[in-house]
Amino acid sequence: MSVDAESTQPILQSYVGFDSITSQIEKKLLKRGFQFNVMVVGQSGLGKSTLINTIFASHLIDSKGRTQPDEPTRQTVEIHSFTETIVERGVKLRLNIVDTPGYGDQVNNENCWEPIIKYIKDQHSSFLRKELTAMRDRFIQDTRIHCCLFFISPTGHSLKPIDIVVLKKLTEVVNVVPVIAKSDSLTIEERIAFKHRIKEEMAFHNIKLYPYESDEDDEQDAALNESIQDLIPFAVVGSEKTIVVDGKPVRGRQNRWGVINVENENHCEFIHLRNFLTRTHLQDLIETTSLIHYESFRSKQLLALKENGQQQQQQQH
Amino acid sequence: MSHPRRLGNRKNVKKGFQFTLMVVGASGLGRTTFINTLCDAEVVPKRECDEPEMAHIEEGIKIKPYTVELDEDGVKISLTVVDTPGFGDMIDNEYCFQEILGYLEQQYDDILSEESRIKRNRRFRDNRVHALLYFIAPTGHSLREIDIELMKRLSPRINIIPVIGKSDSLTPGELADFKKRVMEDIAHHKIPIYNFPYDPEEDDDETVEENSELRSLLPFALIGCEEEVTVNGRKVRGRQYPWGVVEVDNPQHCDFVKLRYALLSSHFQDLKEITHDYLYENYRTEKLSRSTDSASDNESGEEDEHSRLKEEQFKKEEGKLKEMEDRVQRELKEKQQELWTKEQQLMSLEAAQVQVQ
Repeated sequence: MSVDAESTQPILQSYVGFDSITSQIEKKLLKRGFQFNVMVVGQSGLGKSTLINTIFASHLIDSKGRTQPDEPTRQTVEIHSFTETIVERGVKLRLNIVDTPGYGDQVNNENCWEPIIKYIKDQHSSFLRKELTAMRDRFIQDTRIHCCLFFISPTGHSLKPIDIVVLKKLTEVVNVVPVIAKSDSLTIEERIAFKHRIKEEMAFHNIKLYPYESDEDDEQDAALNESIQDLIPFAVVGSEKTIVVDGKPVRGRQNRWGVINVENENHCEFIHLRNFLTRTHLQDLIETTSLIHYESFRSKQLLALKENGQQQQQQQH
Repeated sequence: MSHPRRLGNRKNVKKGFQFTLMVVGASGLGRTTFINTLCDAEVVPKRECDEPEMAHIEEGIKIKPYTVELDEDGVKISLTVVDTPGFGDMIDNEYCFQEILGYLEQQYDDILSEESRIKRNRRFRDNRVHALLYFIAPTGHSLREIDIELMKRLSPRINIIPVIGKSDSLTPGELADFKKRVMEDIAHHKIPIYNFPYDPEEDDDETVEENSELRSLLPFALIGCEEEVTVNGRKVRGRQYPWGVVEVDNPQHCDFVKLRYALLSSHFQDLKEITHDYLYENYRTEKLSRSTDSASDNESGEEDEHSRLKEEQFKKEEGKLKEMEDRVQRELKEKQQELWTKEQQLMSLEAAQVQVQ
């Protein structure tokens, strides 16, 4: 007797036990570990390295800023990739941080985004090649960028022309999460006005930021995504220094007029960003990279290959 | 607060003086707010909230002078502030430097041609810029390429004073390190900025102390603010953050007060003198020798033609002046001769009269 599975589910007479599949998967995954690739893009001096170190609560990367007078100014954008494995309660996270020193730092920044876009596409390309190999690895190492943190300078005015150009190009190939860097130089009013302007400009230019809307989202997911979209761009402050506030050690910055507590939601939105990246959307970032950006790249490539192949066949005839 | 000896003679004090200051820096570093804070008035109107469609448009740099009348402890100051919105905001900023340089040299050109006139315009306005405040972003690292380029290219024409914009984004430790790095960078690239020069041999102790203190503050850490907030019951100009209030006029919080005093009281005279006696003179020499060089080199660009013609005209006018002088001298001598002859006649007449009696 055929049953329409969705309308009338059979009732189990006794406990089967397949619900343990979730823990079976977990066990496997714990053994394998997880891979997360994050890229930071922004002018030097906006606190990119400090923010990464603050999010993951450890000194992972060093600032690539120019600090010595005899250091020459960078003439091109370089791509620096750094991998480190961090462990939390038995969960292994292989973290790959891609820094882009030189971006936006020259007098003439024409095309400074090209090496960045190329790098992102190259990772898709290399993954595709490995997939298409006849004898391929069981688990292809994933170097595709799962998240690109885009650092906006806290001018308080609007996005710069270069920001708009680069955001447009980046959002086509990677999940982009914009942040307002060093937001401790903006008062709360200035921050609200600035965010409002930025959102208007991004809407005007149709810049699609992560998180994306999905049919799979249930009410809870949709509500969470909406609240994230409200917050974006995150106004952040980073710090690797610990300061004692009310007897508790917190990460913060000490000035002559007060102490900025990075983890205080009234001071900045670091906690929201950190939770968003690591506690709520980490898995989704990895998945959407594969299901959306990689898929789009893959289908374009394969179509192009097919067309090429057809053209060649036609030429042969 | 005023130093009478600094301000020159009493005539200056009563008449007041004129000072022109240019402000350069990428947008969002507090340049415009600084101008308004300095003048304690909304001299430069708050930036209009552009439509979102405007954000990606590259407008290029604009040069905008504003003049205000200030009163510093009884001294009248006619302050012209030249704002430069758009600097460093485009994707390719090569063009910015030439715009600013062109403006500075234009003012020098105007003086040059005015000086060579026989009949000078008494109401001629000297628009030469006496100092340029360059706003550095508070990165905490070292200088950016655009910072080095700008200061290098403009320092032959103007006194440059580097400042740090939005310096409240740095902790005291970060600020001290940053200042040190910036000055090392400037020294390394041999950029001649205005560093409150003094001579330990020649100058008195007070001057030496004052100038070395100001020099040690370079680059000046600035915060701009036009609003007042209440702190512990008193009203101050400051920025209210959730973690505290930054006060503009508090020397513990930033160097605004010291810079303002240097610009409008203690060092404006020095800046003006250097502009006139050194920077302008250098420009003049370079320009005039360029035009005579080009005459001998047979280079005939339109500009060189123009300056050659000017030089010729200048020489002609000089010649005419000399002729006039000579003629006047001759006439004077003639008249003196006449007078002497008449005197002699008078004396002999007198002598004759005495004899008769």
